[in-house]
Amino acid sequence: MNEFFTLMKSELVVTAIIFLLLFIKISKGIQHSSLLSLIQVLLLINFIAGFFFNKSGGLFGDMYQTSPLIVFQKNILSLAVYLISLLCTDWLKKTEHLPEFFMLMLSALLGMFFMISSGNLLIFYLSLELASIPVAAMANFDLSKKRSSEGAMKMILSSAFSSGILLFGISLIYGITGTLSFAAIPQLLDGSTLQIMAFIFLLSAFAFKLSIVPFHLWTADVYEGSPIATTSFLSVVSKGAIAFVLMTALYKVFAPMQDVWYTMLVILAIITMVIGNLFAIRQQNIKRFLAFSSIAQVGFILVGISSGSEIGITAVVYFVLIYTFSNLAAFGVAAVIAEQTGKENIDDYKGLYKTNPFLCWILALALFSLAGIPPTAGFFGKLFLITAGATKGSYTFITIAALNMIISLYYYLRVIRAAFMDKNDNPISTIKLNASVKLAMIICGAGILLVGLLSWVYDYIHSLSL
Amino acid sequence: MQPGLYHILFLSAALFFIGVYGFLTRRNLITMLMSIELILNSVNLNFIAFNKYLWPNQMDGLFFTLFIIAIAAAEAAVAIAIIINLYRSHNSIDVENAEDLKY
Repeated sequence: MNEFFTLMKSELVVTAIIFLLLFIKISKGIQHSSLLSLIQVLLLINFIAGFFFNKSGGLFGDMYQTSPLIVFQKNILSLAVYLISLLCTDWLKKTEHLPEFFMLMLSALLGMFFMISSGNLLIFYLSLELASIPVAAMANFDLSKKRSSEGAMKMILSSAFSSGILLFGISLIYGITGTLSFAAIPQLLDGSTLQIMAFIFLLSAFAFKLSIVPFHLWTADVYEGSPIATTSFLSVVSKGAIAFVLMTALYKVFAPMQDVWYTMLVILAIITMVIGNLFAIRQQNIKRFLAFSSIAQVGFILVGISSGSEIGITAVVYFVLIYTFSNLAAFGVAAVIAEQTGKENIDDYKGLYKTNPFLCWILALALFSLAGIPPTAGFFGKLFLITAGATKGSYTFITIAALNMIISLYYYLRVIRAAFMDKNDNPISTIKLNASVKLAMIICGAGILLVGLLSWVYDYIHSLSL
Repeated sequence: MQPGLYHILFLSAALFFIGVYGFLTRRNLITMLMSIELILNSVNLNFIAFNKYLWPNQMDGLFFTLFIIAIAAAEAAVAIAIIINLYRSHNSIDVENAEDLKY
């Protein structure tokens, strides 16, 4: 019984917060503004609680597994949710249904926690659904906006379709092996044609959720239509969680088929990076721009995953940590500007430096980090990903990945040029920043600078992944 | 002739691809949702057939089927709520009319 509480503490804390919010909603005793601060404190507690009582072990006949590395991955997600609750303060304050929004968000987070910890295809499927259905409801949270409901419609249809494909793959795996447990499947796989077909079904479902080209078409629409808190949740938390699970699935469950999935990942990584970059160049809306840039980043994550070793695990977890800080900082700036002025186009950012130097510096840091320019952490993240990819010895692939980093510089620097150098007669007026938004931006900025320079962060993740 | 595993697998594969075809060609949102239900039911058939013919002494496939039915209901509930909201703003449930977001 005691083991149950220590091993599942991340999930239990999140569940407790969800129930607390439910009771708060029923009682209606708390004012709207103080409710948001309460939620932020609860999310901070959730993040801090992740650092205590970390043990490895399995529960329910190893359907649920945990280890220090898994807990670390969960902590990254909790941190991202806390930062989102701070960064989107402006939008959240206006929302009428604040507790519901966080109930949905935390349910999705709970699903992701179970998904990362899953040791069985049944619990994996259940938690994947728990992680994706509430997000569709979150995407529709601007109930009166046409675009929001359109984005939500695209989200729920594509996620239902992809889970159908996933299930077909799982049913074939069950037919082949007669088991659903992650530990027992690898011994029964030998790379026959039917197994490859089942694997392709599973991989395409992952590709849908991770928005890998050619399954990316819903991404930009959903990102643009959804409220910005949902967009940042989708692009950081959901992407990170699925990337972690994809690693578990490939490294543990499909380990005997490594030759098969290596080739597939190389092809997917190349087209994802190229298409993501080329479409990002022509975007005018900042949310769409960040959507395509996050597609390109997923391509780089695939480069790291393709290595198939501990170096790959370390590089991906490290990169997701950095990506959390940099992408949330970029979304935070976009959120503040969109909420206070209603402007979302890159052209509107011209002359931003004159009026809002702080926002401009945070934006520049975030975009430099996403582009991978030293000394920001993004450089080290990309470096380790590409090093991990190079362990397989396919240098053409690595060269293509490196060339894609150069293409991505063009469009990231275009935004920075608009903000710093271009003249504008009618720039965005000076924006008064909320204290919590400022705090979150400073945390993100510090993260972008420090995670790369402090080498023990990488060493720590590496020691966990062994 | 008794129906065997192959017959049921053929049926479920056919259902799956009818569902995929319907999802990709139909323009009415409710019909698209029905196509997804077809896909999920083909998976259910698969699980039950595998359980009956290949692994008769375990229950994993049957339990999976029960969970799929429950989750499909939850998914349909959220999807229909979203579609109703879409209908309020667009006055139509045709996907061709939901075209504000484009490249």
